[in-house]
Amino acid sequence: MTTILEVRKLNKSFGGVTVARNIDFTLQAGAMHCLIGPNGAGKSTFFRLLLGEHTPESGTIYFGGDDITHLRSFQRIRKGISVKFQVPGIFKALSVRQNLEVAFQHHLHGASLSETVRRVLDFTNLSNEATTAAGVLSHGQQQWLEIGMAVGVEPKLLLLDEPTAGMSPDETRKTGEMLHDLNARGITILAVEHDMAFVQQISQSVTVLHMGSIFAEGSIDEMTAHPGVQEIYLGAADE
Amino acid sequence: MNEIRLPDATEAPGRRGPRLWLSRLEGPQTMGRGLGFWIAAALVLLAAILYPAFNNDYTVGNAAYFLVWTFMAMGLGLVWGYCGALSFGQTAFFGLAGYAYGVITINIGSAFGATWLALVLAVALGGAFALLIGYFMFYGRIKGVFIGIVTLSVTLVLETFMAQTAGPQWRIGEARLNGFNGMSGMPPLTVPWFGGEILLYAGTTLYYVLLGMVVLVYLGLRMLLNAPFGNVLVAIRENPERTEMLGYGIRLYQMLAFGLGGALAGLSGVLYTAWGQYITPSSMGLTAAALPIVWVAVGGRRDITATLLGTLIVIAGFQSLTIYGSQYALVVMGALLVFTVLVTPNGLVFTVMSQIGRIFGKGRE
Ligand SMILES: Nc1ncnc2c1ncn2[C@@H]1O[C@H](COP(=O)(O)OP(=O)(O)OP(=O)(O)O)[C@@H](O)[C@H]1O
Ligand SMILES: [Mg+2]
Repeated sequence: MTTILEVRKLNKSFGGVTVARNIDFTLQAGAMHCLIGPNGAGKSTFFRLLLGEHTPESGTIYFGGDDITHLRSFQRIRKGISVKFQVPGIFKALSVRQNLEVAFQHHLHGASLSETVRRVLDFTNLSNEATTAAGVLSHGQQQWLEIGMAVGVEPKLLLLDEPTAGMSPDETRKTGEMLHDLNARGITILAVEHDMAFVQQISQSVTVLHMGSIFAEGSIDEMTAHPGVQEIYLGAADE
Repeated sequence: MNEIRLPDATEAPGRRGPRLWLSRLEGPQTMGRGLGFWIAAALVLLAAILYPAFNNDYTVGNAAYFLVWTFMAMGLGLVWGYCGALSFGQTAFFGLAGYAYGVITINIGSAFGATWLALVLAVALGGAFALLIGYFMFYGRIKGVFIGIVTLSVTLVLETFMAQTAGPQWRIGEARLNGFNGMSGMPPLTVPWFGGEILLYAGTTLYYVLLGMVVLVYLGLRMLLNAPFGNVLVAIRENPERTEMLGYGIRLYQMLAFGLGGALAGLSGVLYTAWGQYITPSSMGLTAAALPIVWVAVGGRRDITATLLGTLIVIAGFQSLTIYGSQYALVVMGALLVFTVLVTPNGLVFTVMSQIGRIFGKGRE
């Protein structure tokens, strides 16, 4: 097994608040891994550090063996990282098809572009909405569109920040199937997720983040049984 | 669910080279598609071509003056409407290129079509200066209202600088800059001809030259805006962070759009100077800097056709009001801007055009 992502001693604080504290994290290629933790644990911030939207005070990030700590965001993306943010980051005024085209035209042109767009429309069940303005899609459809934008040009690593937030149980289940499908095609997936049933559906291994530090790591069953994890997270989650 | 349908954006697969670019004359980023639109456009062009037949040379020269400004307006439409950066700096590139045309032509003369060489150099200078300003702004992560402040400062600094170049020491070669009074004595554009050259003074010939340029630039921009480059500009306007996270170096795109917008402003500057053989620092002043914003906002900044038509309508209206006094005309301009912002935020011409488009089912929305 090869390591696709390796994070060493990553630190970041905003003002006095430490949001990443000595994070060491390793992800194997081909994995489907979940990151969980209570609200404000620093999960989204961790993603933004990986993506270069925030600069860490110290620490190193390796992707596919290369040090990407000082690359600009778009350069990291071009190395094969792709992301779906917590807040849907689609272009609301553009049509669904245009959203996908903007997402892919960077690598694809002409016939292969339209073929990929067609395939992704199909994959995300949005074929009938191709000319609809993205802003008027249902919340779940917007999430799918963004996943589609993230995977059309197959990335090596897909970062998903709460992909099922606001989805119906049915949509959530479909999303899980989609992710299995993508993983089977060789895309490594790292997802932040609150819905434990969904975590169960998509991954075996889980990392728990708490107050900017890695609190525990292990299988989903180990984590649900872990008394400390129950205390900081699982207890708080059924609010 | 709310039914908002947008036209399909897919490029016809398998098209290449010139045919691909021609197919981009229509697309998601520009209003107007189908036979009906192009017939209407051809009729408008025909009317413009026939215009000199029904008007005297002076009136036609005056209409040429309106055309002069459209390049700066379309450039602003690109930078502001499509790329989302409200720039007050178009006049800086306008003025710089206008002065450059004067300096170059006064020094090298107008023989053998040298004025066109001067035009190209001056436009390139305006564009290069815009690229430089764009580089510092976008790579310096200046955003939103600060872009307006920086660009306004640039043009006002240039105005102030040029206004103090009155002394005889302020000369470049043969060309005196002349401070506040401005520079004059440069030749108009010329066309080399048998046994001499045709001087394009304000009049019918210049009108046709400018009309041809307007058509070329307009169609060229349509193709560019519907190409991947244009899609990315609109994506940046809608959500810059997301666009970067799709792997685009957004600062480069913003800088290039700003540079192109500046070059177009420079083209207006050169043509203005050549039209009247005259340019002054006030062409870079506060009022001058605000006017393009009014034209583009009133016409409709998010569509190049609305920008073009709106600019021509507003400038023509402005000029007919100036007969009653220029202060009065400015007040009306201000009122028009307020009205537009409050009632038709997408622009008057844009709103009318999309209504027409809706009736014929051929609009952009
Ligand atoms: N740009 C910022 N400036 C200052 N503080 C920030 C910034 N971004 C995040 N924070 C703070 O960092 C902490 C971690 O936030 P983050 O969004 O990473 O949490 P999270 O684990 O994703 O939470 P949630 O489950 O609610 O999405 C929070 O206390 C938040 O207020
Ligand atoms: Mg979060």
